[in-house]
Amino acid sequence: MNVIANKWIGQRTIRPDGADKVTGRACYAADNTMPGMIWGKVLRSPHAHALIRSIDTSKAEKLPGVKAVVTAKDLVEFPVDKPVPLGIQDMRWMSRNIMAREKALFHGHPIAAVAAINEEVAAEACKLIEVDYEVLPHAIEIEDAIKPHAPILHDFVRFEGKPSNIAGTMVNKVGDVEAGFAEADIVIERTFTTRPVHQGYIEPQACTVSCTADGKVTIWSSSQGQFMVRAMTSFLTGITQSNIRAIPAEIGGGFGAKTIIYLEPLATVLAKKSGRPVKMVMTREEVMRATGPTSGSRSTVKIGAKKDGTLVAAQGTFYLQAGALPGSPLRGPVGCSFSPYYIPNILSTGYDVVSNRSKVAAYRAPGAPLGAFAAECVIDEICEKLGLDPLEFRLKNSSKEGQKAVYGATFGKITFEETVEAALKHPHYKAPLDKNPRPGVKRGRGVASGFWFNAGGESSAQVNITEDGNVAVTTGHPDVGGSRASIANVTAELLGIDHSRISVLIGDTASIGFSNLTGGSRVTFASAIVVTQSTEKVIGQLKERAARIWKIDPDAVTWENGEARPAGPNAGKFPPLSLEDLAAKANEMGGPIGAGTQLNTTGADPGFATHIVDVEVDVDLAIVRVLRYSAVQDVGRALHPSYVEGQIQGGVVQGIGWALSEEYLFDKQGKLENAGFLDYRMPVCSDVPMIEPVMLEIPNPKHPQGVRGVGEAPIVPVLAAITNAVHDALGKRFCDLPLSPPRVSAALDAAAE
Amino acid sequence: MTETRYLAAQTLDEAIGAYAAAAGAARILAGGTDLLVQMRSGVLRPGLIIDVKKIEEMTAIVPKADGGYWVGAAVSGAVLAEHKGFAATWPGVLEATNLIGSKQVQGRASIGGNLCNASPAADSVPALVAAGAVASIQGPHGRRELAVEHLPAGPGRTHLKPGEVLVGFTFPAHPKGSGDAYLRMIPRTEMDIAVVGLGVNLTLAGGKVTAARVGLGAVAPTVLLVEDAAKALIGSSLDERALDAAAAACRAACKPINDKRGTIEYRTKVAGVLLKRTALIAAERAGRK
Amino acid sequence: MAKVHVTTTINGEPEEFLCEPHQSMLDALRGPLGLTGSKEGCGTGDCGACSITLDGRLVCSCLMLAVEAEGKKIGTIEGLAQGDHLHPLQQKFLEWGALQCGICTPGVLVAAKALLEKNPDPTETEVRFWLAGNLCRCTGYDKIVRAVLETAADMRRAA
Repeated sequence: MNVIANKWIGQRTIRPDGADKVTGRACYAADNTMPGMIWGKVLRSPHAHALIRSIDTSKAEKLPGVKAVVTAKDLVEFPVDKPVPLGIQDMRWMSRNIMAREKALFHGHPIAAVAAINEEVAAEACKLIEVDYEVLPHAIEIEDAIKPHAPILHDFVRFEGKPSNIAGTMVNKVGDVEAGFAEADIVIERTFTTRPVHQGYIEPQACTVSCTADGKVTIWSSSQGQFMVRAMTSFLTGITQSNIRAIPAEIGGGFGAKTIIYLEPLATVLAKKSGRPVKMVMTREEVMRATGPTSGSRSTVKIGAKKDGTLVAAQGTFYLQAGALPGSPLRGPVGCSFSPYYIPNILSTGYDVVSNRSKVAAYRAPGAPLGAFAAECVIDEICEKLGLDPLEFRLKNSSKEGQKAVYGATFGKITFEETVEAALKHPHYKAPLDKNPRPGVKRGRGVASGFWFNAGGESSAQVNITEDGNVAVTTGHPDVGGSRASIANVTAELLGIDHSRISVLIGDTASIGFSNLTGGSRVTFASAIVVTQSTEKVIGQLKERAARIWKIDPDAVTWENGEARPAGPNAGKFPPLSLEDLAAKANEMGGPIGAGTQLNTTGADPGFATHIVDVEVDVDLAIVRVLRYSAVQDVGRALHPSYVEGQIQGGVVQGIGWALSEEYLFDKQGKLENAGFLDYRMPVCSDVPMIEPVMLEIPNPKHPQGVRGVGEAPIVPVLAAITNAVHDALGKRFCDLPLSPPRVSAALDAAAE
Repeated sequence: MTETRYLAAQTLDEAIGAYAAAAGAARILAGGTDLLVQMRSGVLRPGLIIDVKKIEEMTAIVPKADGGYWVGAAVSGAVLAEHKGFAATWPGVLEATNLIGSKQVQGRASIGGNLCNASPAADSVPALVAAGAVASIQGPHGRRELAVEHLPAGPGRTHLKPGEVLVGFTFPAHPKGSGDAYLRMIPRTEMDIAVVGLGVNLTLAGGKVTAARVGLGAVAPTVLLVEDAAKALIGSSLDERALDAAAAACRAACKPINDKRGTIEYRTKVAGVLLKRTALIAAERAGRK
Repeated sequence: MAKVHVTTTINGEPEEFLCEPHQSMLDALRGPLGLTGSKEGCGTGDCGACSITLDGRLVCSCLMLAVEAEGKKIGTIEGLAQGDHLHPLQQKFLEWGALQCGICTPGVLVAAKALLEKNPDPTETEVRFWLAGNLCRCTGYDKIVRAVLETAADMRRAA
């Protein structure tokens, strides 16, 4: 059912959590306190790679004010030879990530944790823990980790029969690439690198954990999934899930990173040992050093085309940094890079490379941007060589319904072409661009496209009618960017009542059914489905109640504009019964009104985006600035346009940071040199222009409101679009990000010589 | 754990007395934008924090009879910007001080603190050097004056003697036909530490440069007064040749390092680029047609 | 450790609290004063989530000692609304959807209010540079800048 009437869907309503957030009352993870609460702190490795010979915590334990100390031996140990999957994570690695076991694997790796009466005593106690390290040689970058005789992080990791830092591979294939390249008139092959970049959420990880004498654990923390928090804490501490209740705090940004946890299991064990509620809050430095960024990469992409611009073959080889433990998002570049296009022969291979840096975590379309960077830059070069308009080229080669994607799916009604057509027609693409506006300044325009799988998965919702005839909706996934606002719109629309009568809450693990993570562009898609089904059940109940009151058949009742009415003249003549009327009579007519739905949702068709960007380069200083940005995306149906636009605008600006200024910098000892916002250089307000989101609303036929996931796709094309624009400005192709001034300057100077 | 005490000194004598008595365990608090970061990171836990913002001389901006200015060391960039007379006379000094951090930081960060923190990349310092500002220093043994360029001794180190406090700055009279300017290179548009910072202060008469000073930051252990660049400008009409020569002098003065903020090659190149751009802005402010 | 007694004014109300001499104003606000609307994103003055006003001037509370509040007037996000009457900036941020996760929002609002008090008719560039010290990772700043410009226009019309 596609909702045609749209009194509320598509309206820019005030979000249910808005007033709390603009007044400072919203409670984020670090805002929670409890009576008797003490503070936990983590001792972290000062070495990038070291054997841990011994840990002596006795002096720390004796310090007055210290209530508990934990090390890896207080957590569940998983043997390395047997996978322990939880979602896409493996608890073998997660247990070693939250606390080092045999070895410290990166600078900042947790070694022990302390709980004490205040933060200062806890920090002092950390200094009293004596760790005997045997420092080992380390490898940070991909090149250093895969070269012969590289320091091996894990002796159980083998590649081609030998100890290696390549912990896994993924291959997607269609056709025969060699035959395909043989048919090509033009073949371009380039190697690209991107640096690891951090999600950069402004709220550091934080939690409070209470563990009571009856063995019940309550966790307050901000995450992208309270059920993930519960399950992972259960796995890593050995406490059964039913004894853990995870309560989601408001979350101050995640972008994928908060789909895993660091502190909760430590705080749980500290709380259990000390008998006191324990609060832990990371500093920004800890966030930068020890939580996961996304992978850095080295990608080689080779694409072949006919003279007329028909793509015939593509090969991609993607090396991704996993950090200290396996688990790069190989699926991103391997599956997404070539998926906007119909290419009969594709070989796409990913390698998961471990090295001595913090383990990666998900970041917006995990892995897809770095793959698209390589593929879309090569496509731009092919267009240049063939003298073809890059958007016309994309139209000519676009994937279509019924074709099989390299990652295995057969495309349904997909809408890549529509994004390209909209970009072609957009005034930005036609606007004149003065390429030499002032002496020493060059301008250029670039385009690129991107693909993301999107996702459905498990979601739960409960819709209850309050005694006074209003509505309380509970869903099971944290709201990172306005999903409650979208859900309120959907519920108001279906019930035909004023938006302000709906309250939307995020349930905890004890109060709502299992719901998968907020991530992968799934939440609005999936939660709208379960909320729709729940609301439809409620409407069924309301009609039944009206039928009972009127003593007619429930099928003879319709629900319109928030009222039950007789379906037609034959049903009888009764004054309509409003939601308030029915709520007031609920108990005498069978009890409270409410319904829930728990479902593994499907039908999340992929998302496509096509972007246009103008850049300006100060040639002497080699500074690149973005002048104008237009981002076209098929969003299916924008339940709340402001938050859909916001996803696109935010994703683009994260991509601008990735392309121009963000990177991890390590010193020779393998210590992160820029572990703070000062030198990590995320875009600030004055760095960027307005970002124009061009929302196409082509309803997803598999969704009740037509929703398509939105959050990931807008970051995918950005790196390539900007790099292609810089080429247009300077006539030089760059293959290494970020396009930082020293790097651009060196390239320009080398070209001039 | 070291105990920290806090003293809001009411007079300069009180501050200096306490500072000298603490024998190195004390830190001066003006804006605190460097001090609090160091304390938080665990680099520093002073036994005594001496807040100097209640000392009138250190927070005053006073026009002098000769056209010069006294600016207290604890004056923040935001306060300085609101002084219309100073802003009109020393726009370059002002733009340098108001590039330090965010608006929030500028509301607190002081010019004196920027100098005493002794970062080679401090934004206000090249402009102060170009302006010919003189630091007034008072210690247990009295008062002395020191040209700004002579105060830093290296990254994080100054030539202040034990117990000495930087009280403020004397800006010389700005003759008619003078102008100053400051430019820095940063990767973003705001919030970065200068990769190179450059201040120029010059005086024009009949279209020719009669006096010039060039301050150059972030390319050596301390901010530099580049006399060769000034010499190249003096006597010229800021023609291409003079600017090239001054730029070359700036590049020659660079002794930069490779670090997370820039490379040796890039910093050296940028020093020359900024000299040309900054000199032209200063000349325009000096009334060059 | 000897705590220091501080007498100050917060959001127009007289307040007293005890703090350690080395404690930041942000820690005092979030701790003994219970005003958790000011957020800690970095603790180093680089994100602006802890923005407050000190005698009317915009500062980062993480870069100010709590003892420095003695005798001063502090303004925090909790003081922006008058009772249940939102400040025009707060209202406009809700109408425009100028927040997603909302963690930077208190700091952005405090900073934007300080801007409009100083400059009731800022250009887009002035808004962008004024807010450069307030990191937002969700919105790409677009709707924040628009909301501030629109509020300024509304307030000028109302004045």
